[in-house]
Amino acid sequence: MSRIVVASIGPASSVQDGGRHGAQRYGLTVSGAMDRLSLAAANALVGNEPFAAAVEIGPFAAAFTARDGAVRVAISGAPRNADVAGNPVAMDASVTLKDGETLTLGFARGGAFTYLAIEGAIKGEMVFGSLAVNARAGLGSPYPRPLQAGDEFSVDAASGAPELRIELPKPASGPIRVLLGPQDDEFDDANKALFLDSEWKISATSDRMGYRLEGPAIKHLHGHNIVSDGTVNGSIQVPGNGAPIALMMDRGTSGGYPKIATVITADVGRLAQTSAGTAFRFKAVSMAEAQDEARKFAQLIRNLPDRLRPADGVALNIEALGDANVAGYAVSAVDAGTWQVTAEP
Amino acid sequence: MAATLPPPRLLPSGDSAVTVEFSRTIDDDANQRVLALDKALAASPIDGITETVPTYRSLLVHYDPGKIGFDALGEKLLPIAIQPPPPVTKARRWRIPVAYGGEHGIDLEDVAKALNTTPDDIVARHAGGDYKVAMIGFTPGWSYLSGLDKSLHMSRRQSPRLLTPAGTISVGGVQAGIQCLAAPSGWHLLGRTPVRTYQLHRNPTFLTEPGDRVTFFAIDHKAFEELDRAAEAGEIVAEQVIA
Repeated sequence: MSRIVVASIGPASSVQDGGRHGAQRYGLTVSGAMDRLSLAAANALVGNEPFAAAVEIGPFAAAFTARDGAVRVAISGAPRNADVAGNPVAMDASVTLKDGETLTLGFARGGAFTYLAIEGAIKGEMVFGSLAVNARAGLGSPYPRPLQAGDEFSVDAASGAPELRIELPKPASGPIRVLLGPQDDEFDDANKALFLDSEWKISATSDRMGYRLEGPAIKHLHGHNIVSDGTVNGSIQVPGNGAPIALMMDRGTSGGYPKIATVITADVGRLAQTSAGTAFRFKAVSMAEAQDEARKFAQLIRNLPDRLRPADGVALNIEALGDANVAGYAVSAVDAGTWQVTAEP
Repeated sequence: MAATLPPPRLLPSGDSAVTVEFSRTIDDDANQRVLALDKALAASPIDGITETVPTYRSLLVHYDPGKIGFDALGEKLLPIAIQPPPPVTKARRWRIPVAYGGEHGIDLEDVAKALNTTPDDIVARHAGGDYKVAMIGFTPGWSYLSGLDKSLHMSRRQSPRLLTPAGTISVGGVQAGIQCLAAPSGWHLLGRTPVRTYQLHRNPTFLTEPGDRVTFFAIDHKAFEELDRAAEAGEIVAEQVIA
């Protein structure tokens, strides 16, 4: 066994995976990665199951050191400068840290969460099938709390497998898509339009429980108290002050404010990766479109291993071109695999 | 077969969940239908449903849109949802010990004043009630109870407390509650129970189920300390009655 030691880390960083399912009926929320596609991409790069436990790194800088042997890791998600002993490390690629080497990550350049997957995955004691940290419920393993400098994980020794990169499709950059409801009838047409037609920003007071949205106040038709009912990841509830809150992975399982809309599954991770202060809009879609997108999103995650490439090879990016044609984007034929690195100034 | 009931509303909660809403208000008949649908789906699962979450008036049904679409799921849910709920023949009942007042129930005296009566009378009315777990939600093990005596209905606090203790027994609006973990709350705190409705390394992890009956009985603060130690060590310390 090797170890990986957290040499330094910022707030909002914790072990996350696909989350805890089956106990929402007891008030235990799902938790899990805020951006599941990036978690799955990082895991694919080191040969793990898509939703294996990894480190979810918040927007600030972090560093990880290999001990007692080499450790193979990969990073995906919010782009950052990354290096090992001064040598740059690419996003969406694997890298092997020799014993004593440190992977240093800068702050997120856009987005919020970067995933550090470790070959063989993080090990711990599962509760309801998950190691995900849910600090409020005292759950999460090996640490039931956000990570601190000095924390460490026992991990598999690096396999010596060749390094890989992954060619991800360019993420959609348009509005965050929502389905209206379940309580859109608690709002009149003017206020539904105000919600859909306005520009929104995510407040800096947001966290894994919910993203507070700054914009115009949305007024209710019959007041803001409804009888509590169930919530999902992406539920957008409107409390009494009219400032919507998008419920995220550590949400309460039930809530007593009307929910005007729900972010579609395929876009929850995009919302999670929207930086505080960045202006964005919502767009209502049909159930048929939302479910079609959800199926495509699940398929994309299932088929991530097909997108792996040798790290140093330059393969023609046929798949990304295909995706781009479907979505109407222009993508470089050679460089789509590294767009996250090059897209930032 | 008995006549069917009016169909619930099927409200989309995104692309992977549907809220099956039987009522807009807290209503015991609606809650019976919620729990009956939940039970029916557990007994005869519909392929594609991943998880169900009962609440006062609706059942949230999580599903995998890769296995079943919204319309197809609705067509399967509705015929079950319009059946009259079968009579509850056997309910599990929990007798929950509560240390009322003092440091454990800091709002007891204010509640008594607000309702022009004595703290003892409030305790008698609260402990004399026959409750049902209508739903569990918000934080692990937080059991929302229906059946609160009408004389104890009062609006929630103007300013919610940012932290209330684990085991808090409280009332808010028409609801009574058993809270397991320390959490924010705008309800009125009448007492504390040593019972953990959620305890990680205990079997069962979760004590209460929606549909369970609950009664309370008063214990003194010394008994609370003893039972609290036993509960910490993994004992259930609530009495279970099958009625």
